[in-house]
Amino acid sequence: MGRYVLRRLLQAIPVVFFSTFLVFMVIHLIPGDAAAVLAGPNATAESLAAIRTEMGLDQPLLVQYGVWVGHLLQGDLGRSTLSGQPILKLLQARAPATIELTIAAMLISMAIALPLGILSATHVRGRLEWLISTIQSLCLAVPNFWGGILAIILFSLVLRWLPPGGRVADGNDLGNSIKSLILPATTLALYLAAGLSRFIKFNLLEVFFDDFVRTARAKGLDNTTVVYRHALRNAMLPVITILGVQFASLLGGTVIIEAVFSWPGVGGLMLDGISNRDYAVVQGGLLLLVLLFIVINLLVDLTYALIDPRLRVGDT
Amino acid sequence: MAVGSASGIVAGRAVVAEAAALKHSPHPLNAAFERTWRNPLGFFGLLILGVLVLAAIAAPLISPYDPIVQHQGKELLGPNSQFWLGTDELGRDLLSRVIYGARPSLVVALMVVVIGGGLGIVAGLVAGYFGGLVNAVLMRLFDAMFAFPPILLGFVIIAALGPGTTQVAYAIALAVVPTLGRVARSLVLKERHRDYVLAARCTGAGSARVMFLHVLPNAVSPMIVNLALIMGFSVLAEASLAFLGLGTQPPTPSWGAMLNDSRAYLRNDPWMAICPGVVLALLLLGLNYLADALREAFDPRRVNAGF
Repeated sequence: MGRYVLRRLLQAIPVVFFSTFLVFMVIHLIPGDAAAVLAGPNATAESLAAIRTEMGLDQPLLVQYGVWVGHLLQGDLGRSTLSGQPILKLLQARAPATIELTIAAMLISMAIALPLGILSATHVRGRLEWLISTIQSLCLAVPNFWGGILAIILFSLVLRWLPPGGRVADGNDLGNSIKSLILPATTLALYLAAGLSRFIKFNLLEVFFDDFVRTARAKGLDNTTVVYRHALRNAMLPVITILGVQFASLLGGTVIIEAVFSWPGVGGLMLDGISNRDYAVVQGGLLLLVLLFIVINLLVDLTYALIDPRLRVGDT
Repeated sequence: MAVGSASGIVAGRAVVAEAAALKHSPHPLNAAFERTWRNPLGFFGLLILGVLVLAAIAAPLISPYDPIVQHQGKELLGPNSQFWLGTDELGRDLLSRVIYGARPSLVVALMVVVIGGGLGIVAGLVAGYFGGLVNAVLMRLFDAMFAFPPILLGFVIIAALGPGTTQVAYAIALAVVPTLGRVARSLVLKERHRDYVLAARCTGAGSARVMFLHVLPNAVSPMIVNLALIMGFSVLAEASLAFLGLGTQPPTPSWGAMLNDSRAYLRNDPWMAICPGVVLALLLLGLNYLADALREAFDPRRVNAGF
């Protein structure tokens, strides 16, 4: 177990290095360079050179990266070029909304995917499986931003059940807080749920033919016990891994859903950053989301080791 | 066919007759494409794709109006006899805009398959064939790229290059490189130690020749399935980025941008949100079904394996 954890932590190091380097490069991908943007079109060569020295842009790339990481470790992500506010502060204001939406979507998608996956595996080749797989195909084909728009038309404009957008985050007004979360989180969850329930179904079907399931049936256990206590537990292991991988598409989807429902999260901050050419803000948002993804995947892999005893004993 | 002729030399008349029969059996790729065509899901996918490709090419001929001409006094109309799908907030014909909107989607999908597919396949071949340091560096780079949700990778590229159709295509192409690279690499690893590779090397073939003329053709069928999946993915990603205002710029119509415009008028003119979404979803559904059908056609045994 200790060896596995150590190995997994060591494996994460190059990924963190490469991905933070890619994030760092955002500033350097800009045509011209950041100094030219800051100095404006009428800058002289001398003033440009002065700004470059000030920003450290005349140093070798790896040195600049080192300095940048050093600042990061002290919690200094730089300042917004536009508003002059520290980026850490901007992110702190926006991150809770994004994280809340992502986690809610993940929970909802599991709540939808588990029963659908089990039902289509136990009713394989039946009408119910056909119905579920048609719904899955539709969910995978409807882009989440269009699904969100349709949901607004139906649930907010026609039925008037839920607000069409915005976020209420008030501990004293839990009802409206939850109401504002339902549409964005469910829209985001549906796409993930479609893929997940398929994956759960295929894993269950594979496990159904394993020896231990046959043994359980031969012992005379009833179908429910076999499916839930024996097959499902084993089939869920790969599902947990996929959940971690899917987190990337969830984070990407969050950015879009935030735009559909005017959800005040990190995605909107980054979009504003792109349209205002405020690259430091884009970089900060990107860094937050990428690190979040890496940490979640690390946690998923470690949980996996906790659940699967084979990983604890073996050295894989 | 090679088997037929080889055994023909050894055996008598009966085998020769068999070789003649073998000659008429179609090439496995053609047979697979025929199975795709005959599969109802595959047919549906090909039909949608075909209709939209034709519409995109023939857009100036079949559109009733110029997609960017504003008909004053005819704003936000529902479907009627003059404008079949109604008009948008500037009085532009929605049907014409939906037809022209197929262009950026399909152009981006094509560019992604060519550029992203090409780069990914080459990177995967090189990593799998040479192994060692090249493999290690490429794989870690791919791992790092996987940590970027594709949309965010799009943000990076567009932040650098500015918004636009071509820039979106580059961004998505870059995002699919690690996916295809991994698939190509795993295929090469499977093929690398086969006898025919050894035989080719013994005849003095160089690395590039072995990779592209011997290994690659043997890995074609799984690659085709993946390219079909990539097409669906890039149509979705293009629409998403256009929806966020980062793709095709106004006034040129694109489905994603049209859906974004529609958000302000959901109450007055829901048609603006429905028309582009329906075509987009149909195209995505068609491409998903096409990928499923191709997968079945290339490997009928693994239909239910789910991968």
